[in-house]
Amino acid sequence: MNRLVPRLLLAPAVTTLLLWMIVPLAMTLYFSAIRYNLMQPGEREFIGLANFEFFVTDPDFWPSVTNTLVLLGAVVAATVVLGVGLALLVNEPFPGRGLVRVLLISPFFVMPTVNALMWKHMMMNPIYGVLAWVARTLGVTPVDWLSDHPLSSIIVMVSWQWLPFATLIFMTSLQSLDRDQVEAAGMDGANAPQRFWFLTVPHLARPIAVVVMIEMIFLLSVFAEIFTTTGGGPGNASTNMAFLIFKQALMNFDVGVASAGALFAVVLANVAAVFLIRMIGKNLD
Amino acid sequence: MRPRALLLGAVAWIVTLVLVFPLLWLALTSFKTELQAISVPPLLFFTPTLEIFAEVQTRSDYLHYARNSLVTSVASTLLGLAIAAPAAYSMAFFRTRRTRDLLVWMLSTKMMPAVGALVPVYVLAQTAGLLDSLTALIVVFTLSNLPIMVWMLYSGFKDIPPEILEAARMDGARVWGEFRHVIRPLAMGTLASTGLLCLVLSWNEAFWSLNLSAARAGTLAALIASYSSPEGLFWAKLSAASLMAIAPIVVFGWFSQKQLVQGLTFGAVK
Repeated sequence: MNRLVPRLLLAPAVTTLLLWMIVPLAMTLYFSAIRYNLMQPGEREFIGLANFEFFVTDPDFWPSVTNTLVLLGAVVAATVVLGVGLALLVNEPFPGRGLVRVLLISPFFVMPTVNALMWKHMMMNPIYGVLAWVARTLGVTPVDWLSDHPLSSIIVMVSWQWLPFATLIFMTSLQSLDRDQVEAAGMDGANAPQRFWFLTVPHLARPIAVVVMIEMIFLLSVFAEIFTTTGGGPGNASTNMAFLIFKQALMNFDVGVASAGALFAVVLANVAAVFLIRMIGKNLD
Repeated sequence: MRPRALLLGAVAWIVTLVLVFPLLWLALTSFKTELQAISVPPLLFFTPTLEIFAEVQTRSDYLHYARNSLVTSVASTLLGLAIAAPAAYSMAFFRTRRTRDLLVWMLSTKMMPAVGALVPVYVLAQTAGLLDSLTALIVVFTLSNLPIMVWMLYSGFKDIPPEILEAARMDGARVWGEFRHVIRPLAMGTLASTGLLCLVLSWNEAFWSLNLSAARAGTLAALIASYSSPEGLFWAKLSAASLMAIAPIVVFGWFSQKQLVQGLTFGAVK
């Protein structure tokens, strides 16, 4: 009884998560090795690694790998650097700080499709958009952001969404920074940059690592922003891994090739996950 | 020190207003007419109108999608709590040598990118005739939030002093009674904040709702995506629909930001 009850309580969660992990993975592995097109009923014969070969030799493959990494790298860099800056900025008391914090967090709670369309139309439209108006006011020719700089535009949208997340985590972490230590360092003659570099940065090392890795997991799958704005284009200029897999699966109906691509994405994500899990695992007790 | 604080405050305010400007602009645009919405230069002062909100409802049946969003997020939250709470309870109060490994393994399932599971989930939903159904969305939302929920509940339950439980056990309380009369009152806060975060995540979920649902089971995230074009040319309507889609959850989010840090970082940042 004493051992059975705790196990029974655990069972539903463990079973569902086990299924959620194993079933899709097993199916993906299987699909990736057969010829399987939703539009071509017929034999699903074993074709070995042909799906992988097809996916990897797709002319969109390398651009999509590059785009995925550029998108990831740019957003991570922007959110970490600006996030640390913002967190430091609102760390000292000033009038209305509570309200500023609440406002700063807001973009993170905006659903991705709203985020994307708001930027696409109201901000980045080359004629009626706010950015075009700013450009004209400054006497510069307005830029057609989504056609001329599609990937950069997506980076702006995604960064705008994730900056509050990074800021929030750094803010939380800064609250546990030992203020006496910082003051003592100041008394001992350490100037502001030195205090930042030798006290704040080491203190933020762990939250920065966490932000980087969590963003890695989520940003490998950026999808809604691309789906609603550029549709991966023009050409393949803003197609990332997630969008390419989506295109193979639900636009070309090629389940086999999409599955081969999905395995590729899973491997990419797991490299990040291993490190993240190690860090979190240490923190559990 | 005082002038410096004021200067810092002013900078912080300016930066913040720049960052949230798109949202403020979105809110402002939703009270314009279509013509005012695309005026050049952009219009800052105008007589606000509410007619666009009514038009969004008649044209694209906002309430239908809002109901879908509400049903999927509430149902997946309740279902998630029903599965996660017993597991977290078990791990927090009946620790074994394997508890830690189990917890780490659960978190690891969250690390799988959604796109990795897209094909099998789509094929399964199609085979079961569940494409464009609320059921499929509820199941997928629940599964993808489950690890976060187990973790948040576990860390909340862990903080309840075990002495209280021992006292209750001495009095002969059974597991269920123990849960109901001793744990539940103490854990209400944890349950509430976990539920709140889960509501926010499900409400905003876009990957699965875009891929698994259409007109029938579409959520607000999918409705807004349909404004991509050519409806997107009607900015006032797009803004009004967007505002109605995000306002409730942004307000919710303000109250759950602490839990967000805990939940999304699995407690690695305190």
